Amino acid sequence: MTKKDPKYLDTENKNGNETKATSATMFFSKALKLFEDKRIQFIALFSGLVILIIMPFFGINSYIMNIMVKVILYTIMALGLNILVGFTGLVSLGQAGFVAIGAYTTAILTKNFGVNFFVAMLIACAVSALCGLLLGLPTLRLTGTYLSIVTLGFGEIVRTIIIVWDDVTNGPLGMRGMPSPELFGIRFTMANNGIYYLSLLLLILVSLFCYTLYRSKVGRAFKAIKNDETASVMMGINVTFYKVLAFVLAAAISSLASSLFTIQLGYIDQNTFTFDMSTMILSIVILGGMGTIRGMYVGALILVLLPEISRSLMDYRFVIYGVILVLMMRFRPQGLLGWKSRAPYPISKRAKELFENRNQARSTESGGE
Amino acid sequence: MDKMLEIKSISLSFGGIKAVSEVSLDLFPNEIVGLIGPNGAGKTTIFNILTGVYKPQGGSIFFKGEEIHSLRPQEIVKRGISRTFQNIRLFGDLRVIENVMVGMHIRTKYSLADSTFRSKRFRKQEDENLAEAMSILETLGLLEKMNEYALNLPYGDQRKVEIARAIATGAEVLLLDEPAAGMNPQESTDLMHFIRHLKKLGFTVLIIEHDMSVVMNVSDRVYVLDNGKLIAQGIPQDVANNERVVKAYLGGELNAKS
Repeated sequence: MTKKDPKYLDTENKNGNETKATSATMFFSKALKLFEDKRIQFIALFSGLVILIIMPFFGINSYIMNIMVKVILYTIMALGLNILVGFTGLVSLGQAGFVAIGAYTTAILTKNFGVNFFVAMLIACAVSALCGLLLGLPTLRLTGTYLSIVTLGFGEIVRTIIIVWDDVTNGPLGMRGMPSPELFGIRFTMANNGIYYLSLLLLILVSLFCYTLYRSKVGRAFKAIKNDETASVMMGINVTFYKVLAFVLAAAISSLASSLFTIQLGYIDQNTFTFDMSTMILSIVILGGMGTIRGMYVGALILVLLPEISRSLMDYRFVIYGVILVLMMRFRPQGLLGWKSRAPYPISKRAKELFENRNQARSTESGGE
Repeated sequence: MDKMLEIKSISLSFGGIKAVSEVSLDLFPNEIVGLIGPNGAGKTTIFNILTGVYKPQGGSIFFKGEEIHSLRPQEIVKRGISRTFQNIRLFGDLRVIENVMVGMHIRTKYSLADSTFRSKRFRKQEDENLAEAMSILETLGLLEKMNEYALNLPYGDQRKVEIARAIATGAEVLLLDEPAAGMNPQESTDLMHFIRHLKKLGFTVLIIEHDMSVVMNVSDRVYVLDNGKLIAQGIPQDVANNERVVKAYLGGELNAKS
């Protein structure tokens, strides 16, 4: 019952909007509805991808390329956290902890042990996933705010470990001079846009993963748990397993992004992975639209670009930031792109055939009686 | 005939209150059995025991001859007992078809790796599941609504989707907890036909209900509970005329509907 209350409020809010909607918000929602069309979505996705691929050829300066990489990497982290927050409904405030674990593991392995970057990336991913498992298991009994507080604590614990364990992490001095990734003699650096393309490739892979996950038994189990845990148990879903799995996936995906993040930054210390980073990732998920994949791109684009664009306003930067979030909560609590798709559920040709065969079999059966 | 479900004198008390005491209940295959009683008689508690939410403190439960009272809820669903809830518990943000497919979760055999790489097994299973979910919805007359979000459906349809979801688990025994609660007479009549239809489809149904016209019309046999104890059982006509039942409903409980 407690779970239903916020949802109830949600629908009330939406209704309130519709009646009080000004022409501006009407226009906004109409423009958004346009994007619900499958073809328009496809065109938007395709042209977006083409622009991203050819972008470096236009001699765009390195500052903007840096921001672009940051946008992409934050999108990946948000996609990871989205599995936890958006799909499964477990709000984590400690995602920076996993990012830090991934980043430090990559840095230590490549710098101190001379491990190839890509191998280090996979190991970091595994280490982070393991930490996700370790955090997931004890926190299973917690829900809502209590869970968020524990994850918040986790993020801070990771930071403290980084400071204290200076034999390994070099303490508050941080780590620098990580070798750039190399594969078959090709070096990937920020200067030759190698990092950019690696990030883009990772983004595509992670997006595809999230998309298939969304439409699989695992994704449905996540969404079922978010909607109603008791009913999920009664449907035979192993809630414990899937909650831990969500933690593990979120940690692993964030860690993949953080490996590249380490190379991009060139220097990491405990202040790279503060609570601000966790809220940033969470804000992307909420702003874009929890539980959607498309929302993560837009959320990351806006939230990473905003501080850069408004840099000239300096003192008012956070005022603007705050105003935007307040307006969001008032007018679009489900997130910018957080609509429910109204397109019919996709039915593959094979499924359709199978369904018709079943019908035929049944009708001949009853005809024979 | 072999018993489908056999409950042998189960008891459960919360603190000092005996919610269920030494209740025995039998379900034969393809039978609709009603479980009635005044508010607080322990009907839903029996459902919770049957589905593994509570463990009985005494007695035992056999499903097709196998002991199930010590199993976890997930395992009991796998054996073939599925339920609906008194207050509808659908996955509101999911479409009707997705709700049914969640019900199929336990019968879906592919791993995360299969879905990640879209393996042949994954695609085959998904297609088969989708086709099966669609035909479940079709037999229940819900196919046109497959794309709707569960939360947006009218009340009567939400009940049906809940039953569809329970069927999708592959269950042979359906436990329906007050399916007619909050329905208008038209919807109740509709539901009655629906439950009879379930019997034709081969399901065994145990139904808790307050609406006497529904229970008396659809049930093959009726059990009556009062204060956690079984006070009567038999065919609906006999039970309706049973003195103790009338007393339980009219004597102490003024708010009981009849």
